[in-house]
Amino acid sequence: MHIMIKAEHLTKDYGAKKAVDDLDLEVGLGSTFGFLGPNGAGKTTTIRILTTLTRPTSGRAWINGFDVVKEATKVKGEFGIVQQHLSLNRELSVRENLDLHARLHHLDKAERKERIDELLDYVNLSEYSDHLIDSISGGMKRRVMIARALIHRPRLLILDEPTVGLDAQTRRRIWDLIRRMNSDGTTVFLTTHYIEEAEALCDDVGIIHQGRMISLGSPLELRKRLGLAAVELRRNGNGTEYSYFPDRASATEYVQSLPPSAENIVLRESNLEDVFVELTGRRVSE
Amino acid sequence: MSVMDAYSILWADLMVLKRRIARYLVTTLVSPILYLVAFGWGLGRGISVDGASYFEFVVPGIIALTAMNSSFNGAGTRLNVDRLFFKSFDECLMAPISLLSLLQGKAMIGVVRGLISSTAFMVVALLIAPAFTIGPLFLVSLLVTCLAFAFLGVLAALLAKSHEDMATFGSLILLPMTFLGGTFFSVSQVPDALKYVLYALPLTHSSLCLRAAALGQPFPWESLFAIGSFWLIFFVGCNLVLKRASV
Repeated sequence: MHIMIKAEHLTKDYGAKKAVDDLDLEVGLGSTFGFLGPNGAGKTTTIRILTTLTRPTSGRAWINGFDVVKEATKVKGEFGIVQQHLSLNRELSVRENLDLHARLHHLDKAERKERIDELLDYVNLSEYSDHLIDSISGGMKRRVMIARALIHRPRLLILDEPTVGLDAQTRRRIWDLIRRMNSDGTTVFLTTHYIEEAEALCDDVGIIHQGRMISLGSPLELRKRLGLAAVELRRNGNGTEYSYFPDRASATEYVQSLPPSAENIVLRESNLEDVFVELTGRRVSE
Repeated sequence: MSVMDAYSILWADLMVLKRRIARYLVTTLVSPILYLVAFGWGLGRGISVDGASYFEFVVPGIIALTAMNSSFNGAGTRLNVDRLFFKSFDECLMAPISLLSLLQGKAMIGVVRGLISSTAFMVVALLIAPAFTIGPLFLVSLLVTCLAFAFLGVLAALLAKSHEDMATFGSLILLPMTFLGGTFFSVSQVPDALKYVLYALPLTHSSLCLRAAALGQPFPWESLFAIGSFWLIFFVGCNLVLKRASV
């Protein structure tokens, strides 16, 4: 398998705090990888290292075989990134924002025009090309950022919380766009703390907690390790007890074995949030 | 490729400037014209300094002042907004261009704004009283002044952690220079001890160079060298800060 992202013992210290702690990672070409974890888990620091903005304290990382420290300029040509916060120049139009990025990636004039038109069409923003960034909606701005990230045809697209703060409709539109980019051959690396986003989009998921990678695999593999069926036993005023079982039959058997006084029982499929909670003892959205 | 990369960075800032050029020209002239009216016509009427009328004396100083403010703010404030408000500076850092091109590109908009503002003021001053000449030494001095203060603006913006920091920098560095940097009085008239302090200010050297070139006096080459040295120091400072920022 061709490896697009590789990290070995990646560590970043800020004083006594380890933002990233001995992290190993491999993301294959053409896959969609989800980096799951709560705020402050080390996701954004990892991305800053992979995108050459921050140097690791120790360990190494490569993008498409290029070392992120020693071959930073080559690495910068390999990825496109959509940052969590709005990072467009708001005093420029949609087209001018894309044009600037195309210039910085050394596309010639004819290529720039063709690629910008193509991408505006791709993200359904052709009619807004001359609008100033401040005059378009939040969802459109996010689509401009995606178009900008793709302008130089990167083989890797990094999305840091791509749908945070967006309404449900816009979020699904962005998901469709991400699926389309991935089916076009782009490797996608996305961070999220929306569990359903990781489940909906990702072939593989890495769960990071306090800077450490605590679990890695496909969503189904991670759920299998925990148990595919979950039983919630809600105790009045005393919280909820969660139990996990390899399949629905064994979960049903457990439910039937509970005393008749037990009420508020929910039997359902497990999800990635269950995996996270069991591994870390906290909810992802905390 | 490096010059083209710097131009790409400049291009975006030029697009913004182009969109608001009329407003820019009006606002950039307010302050120097007020100085001209208050000091040149008001306070300085009937006074002569170093063999020239105070009006002739003060105009090159105000040009230096205008170049300083416009270059510093043109580069510094733009970069500060890009870094802290638009958060678009990281996008430039992640582009496959050298830090050198990035710095040059970010400073150049300060130079462009400094030259536009100074030229606009010179046109106004020439219309009011065509009492000075613009030759090659004047233009070189103006360009080096713009370069030095544009890189100082970039340096301040790279060091600033908030918009307030930029305002503080303006109050502590630029404002004292405005009134002490030889714009409104001759440095030769102050006591020796203070003179040495004033020579530590880049604006003092800009005023000396521009005034000598405009009034046909002996040109202070050591002052041109001093402004060039300030430019070099600020440029190296920018490089160091930017490299340190990515660690």
